[in-house]
Amino acid sequence: MNDQVKVDEDRAERVEKLQGMGCKRKRVEDVRFTQGKGNYVDDLKLPGMVFGDFVRSPHAHARIKSIDTSRAQALPGVVAVLTAADLKPLDLHYMPTLAGDVQAVLAEEKVLFQNQEVAFVIAEDRYIASDATELVDVEYEALPAIVDPFKSMDDDAPILREDIKDKMEGAHGPRKHPNHIFEWEIGDKEETDKIFAEADVTIKEMLVDHRTHPSPLETCQSVASFDKITGDLTLWGTFQAPHVIRTVVSLISKIPEHKIHVIAPDIGGGFGNKVGAYAGYVCSVVGSIVLGTPVKWVEDRMENLSTTSFARDYHMSTELAATNEGKITAMRVHVIADHGAFDACADPSKWPAGFMNICTGSYDIPTAHLSVDGVYTNKASGGVAYRCSFRVTEAVFAIERAVELLAQKLDMDAAELRLKNFVKAEQFPYKSALGWEYDSGDYHTAMNKAMEAIGYDDLRKEQAKKREAFKKGKTREIMGIGISFFTEIVGAGPSKNCDILGVAMFDSAEIRIHPTGSVIARMGTKSQGQGHETTYAQIIATEIGIPADDITIEEGNTDTAPYGLGTYGSRSTPVAGAATAVAARKIRAKAQMIAAHTMEVHEGDLEWDVDRFRVKGLPEKAMTMQEIAWTAYNSPPPNMEPGLEAVNYYEPPNMTYPFGSYYCVMDIDVDTGVAKTRRFYALDDCGTRINPMIIEGQVHGGLTEAFACAMGQEIRYDEMGNVMGASFMDFFLPTAVETPHWETDFTVTPSPHHPIGAKGVGESPHVGGVPCFSNAVNDAYSFLGAGHIQMPHDAWRLWQVGERLGLHN
Amino acid sequence: MIPGSFDYHRPVSVDEAVGLMGKLGDDALLLAGGHSLIPMMKLRMASPEHLVDLSAIDSLKGIEEIDDTIILRAMTTQHELIASDLITDKLPIIQETSLVIADPQIRYKGTFGGNVANGDPGNDMPAVMQCLDAKLELTGPDGKRQVAARDFYQGAYDTLREDEEILTSVHIPVPSSGHGYAYEKLKRKVGDYATAAAAVVITMSGDKCTSASIGLTNVGDTPLWAKEAGEILNGSSLDNATIDKAVSAAEAITDPASDMRGPAEYRTKMAGMMMRRALERAQSRAKG
Ligand SMILES: Cc1cc2nc3c(=O)[nH]c(=O)nc-3n(C[C@H](O)[C@H](O)[C@H](O)COP(=O)(O)OP(=O)(O)OC[C@H]3O[C@@H](n4cnc5c(N)ncnc54)[C@H](O)[C@@H]3O)c2cc1C
Repeated sequence: MNDQVKVDEDRAERVEKLQGMGCKRKRVEDVRFTQGKGNYVDDLKLPGMVFGDFVRSPHAHARIKSIDTSRAQALPGVVAVLTAADLKPLDLHYMPTLAGDVQAVLAEEKVLFQNQEVAFVIAEDRYIASDATELVDVEYEALPAIVDPFKSMDDDAPILREDIKDKMEGAHGPRKHPNHIFEWEIGDKEETDKIFAEADVTIKEMLVDHRTHPSPLETCQSVASFDKITGDLTLWGTFQAPHVIRTVVSLISKIPEHKIHVIAPDIGGGFGNKVGAYAGYVCSVVGSIVLGTPVKWVEDRMENLSTTSFARDYHMSTELAATNEGKITAMRVHVIADHGAFDACADPSKWPAGFMNICTGSYDIPTAHLSVDGVYTNKASGGVAYRCSFRVTEAVFAIERAVELLAQKLDMDAAELRLKNFVKAEQFPYKSALGWEYDSGDYHTAMNKAMEAIGYDDLRKEQAKKREAFKKGKTREIMGIGISFFTEIVGAGPSKNCDILGVAMFDSAEIRIHPTGSVIARMGTKSQGQGHETTYAQIIATEIGIPADDITIEEGNTDTAPYGLGTYGSRSTPVAGAATAVAARKIRAKAQMIAAHTMEVHEGDLEWDVDRFRVKGLPEKAMTMQEIAWTAYNSPPPNMEPGLEAVNYYEPPNMTYPFGSYYCVMDIDVDTGVAKTRRFYALDDCGTRINPMIIEGQVHGGLTEAFACAMGQEIRYDEMGNVMGASFMDFFLPTAVETPHWETDFTVTPSPHHPIGAKGVGESPHVGGVPCFSNAVNDAYSFLGAGHIQMPHDAWRLWQVGERLGLHN
Repeated sequence: MIPGSFDYHRPVSVDEAVGLMGKLGDDALLLAGGHSLIPMMKLRMASPEHLVDLSAIDSLKGIEEIDDTIILRAMTTQHELIASDLITDKLPIIQETSLVIADPQIRYKGTFGGNVANGDPGNDMPAVMQCLDAKLELTGPDGKRQVAARDFYQGAYDTLREDEEILTSVHIPVPSSGHGYAYEKLKRKVGDYATAAAAVVITMSGDKCTSASIGLTNVGDTPLWAKEAGEILNGSSLDNATIDKAVSAAEAITDPASDMRGPAEYRTKMAGMMMRRALERAQSRAKG
């Protein structure tokens, strides 16, 4: 064996020991999760803790005539009953939303959606609290409800928000109607209209991304503990963004921020549902301040589905203009956005419609115009990004359905049309018509790889045969091929365009090396199942050469973690991941100085070798990171501060733009409307891959939620505004039995501006998956002249399509 | 999702249970596997002051065959039905049905008797009991009586059982050995109640159908025995025209609710479609 081989082998061994970036490190958090030893909010038991429960409105819209709490107060074990009248003197009966609106904590004069919070009963145990909610007597006068967002701005529509009815200047400009929230507009309207007027071919369709809910398995909950002696408030809760919660609590409670300790322990899924602030959090805090004992609030399933943030409810009139040859020349979109009773969207403050302007997708569309009207209805508020960056699922759904409709109109293959219009690899960085600068991409390579993997041409041939057989009555099954090619925009974001209530959307990492060379690192983000404890450690391992197993990652305690904006919109890797790499590099730079001094050479004479600095040309002369750590504390170079730690607050220069190419093959039984997914292939490009196994897990999860949304999951209201199906009996959460088999694949186009080239992946499969399923369904029925079929595609709705097309006679 | 408070009783004999029910009156409910009752209590759609748990009564468990009748005792779990060789052999439709009830965890606790006595039109066993012409044995203060499954169900959660009576067992005549059977259930996901379901038991002699019995699940306030549909099929060669006629007759007796499973019209058509598919499978299984 020659020396070089030996050196290489030794190096490979050391690399493997690090378990750094690129390896399929097993998730360290699973050791506790798989043994039922996670530590969730509801696991918390404090001495003297009492429990809160809500009295909720049975009406969607009603005036409150009176509230009588005396019977509830008289029930033994009840310690307090809060109503708006109690909160009002504290100015806490309304709280600010992230979208610049206010939201009722407890309803004062009116209720605006079914199950709205009306009173908060606090009792010695959960059973008594629940019993007592039935003893609060509320007298209502029912009012007509607005359920259809298209009727919100009718002249004779009842005014929903009397609290702001005279405030015609909203947080995002003038309001056109008391039930109007904002109008947001971007792009060149005049030029777009002109292109449409002169276009060879146009398509126009109302594409509805229906109301659904992120439905994490753990519902929203909190425990507040106010110490009357010190004036300190500790708040444990299901917070995707604990630091923002601390700031908001301080602003609304006027408790100084250093006296507030927000702790997000293990979180059982968030998917956007746990970004905002909820009445339950505020009431537990007020309850604890009033009583001086800890107050716990835990939402049940129905409360979670029917009151805390919903997602979607975007009604998108979508148009494309193109040449006869299939070159897309313009896009025009108008959205009616149903925000429910309060504007509680969790978008960066300047973006009332999130990043909906990513809707030109992966295509080089030179001109576009987008306008969005947000309206109030008598439904729960929200509009959060459910496993996606802000409104990106909606945007991708619009463009990916529209492209299919255009292909149909042009009588052109939908894959071919996409290939014809993609932004080309050499066009990056690419400036889109609606204002984004896509950092990188190679769409043609991804699309071609996917088409080959799925066997696209053969599938189309098979489909043609099946269609013939169906027409001849030989089969009652039709086959659909779904395509979607998505471009996401994640990693919010640069402070020039992203802030939340004025707080810029940086994120942070603080890394501390202990004298023996092990590490604790803390970030401003908060994992809800994404595996941060595993992946951040891998980044650090690679950057500073300390094994991932020797690195503890901690998030969620605002006293110890550096300030950050939290985890949603796939921002952890693009922003806090970048902060982690930059902080690690600061440590390595200091380590290099220490090593140079200790080995008595110039810094420039050292080279980094996996886990140590070596003197160039003298390979046996080296100092490992462990040795450097010890030296840093105990014999640092003169004039150098002892210790080895670094902090970075990372301000991203741009968003990242993950993309992917998805294919779905579906068979539909036209007699029952039951659709079966035969194959689903997902190629993701998220840039540098930190942990391929975690990526695959994220893709599986995201696709499963996409499947749910497209194929049946919904929050529906009847015409009275009663919420329907808000339990897991009806709300479609697929089990392993329903979930299709996922085939995953990838290409790697690193982000040019991110320190390690990573882009984020947790949400891509959801964003790309929803239109892919819907396109498969639509493609299946297209040869029968079905036109656009709205989601969700549950069996009865597909049966109705068959009924409309006369397929059952 | 928090139930109200209640007192809990655990009798060890049917007599003791009947006595308790007589004494406690309207405020008491029987508890079997709890997988229908406890969810109702958590939603506060049921608020009993007393629960009388039947699980300690040994005489309510087990399956046996006496004189061409299978006797299924009430507290037999749905899982035990699946695991029973006697059921596999003599009443395979019960096994097939049990396998599409809820999920394995629920079937370990949920009982056959609870499923039959509950009175929810979404339960799968009642239509199968009607299809098989089962007799329900009820034990009350005045002793035992039998009620035909085809008469038992009066409306949603409304049956001929008196409050203090206990469903002790179900008696099912063993169908002829070559019978064809199938239970077809359309549901949105595992663990879901039926959008519509159909139970079919037929006997064939050559190409001719010599008996046909059809039960329908969750397409009305009660399970439905499609008497006329069966009569139409009986004596036919199960030709398309006859099947169409029988399906129409079955669809005609449905009156489903419009809910998240779909509008009434869809559920009616699915009852017909499930019947058609069950019939097809039953025919393929029938020997004789
Ligand atoms: C998620 C879920 C999914 C389900 N899916 C299905 C499904 O697909 N199909 C289906 O059929 N069922 C389904 N079920 C219901 C399940 O099968 C129940 O177990 C069954 O309906 C009732 O049986 P039990 O033993 O649990 O009865 P319990 O819940 O204990 O009792 C139900 C009712 O019957 C009464 N009762 C019980 N035993 C007797 C008796 N011996 N005499 C008189 N009255 C009695 C009780 O007083 C009560 O009113 C589901 C349940 C759940 C939780």
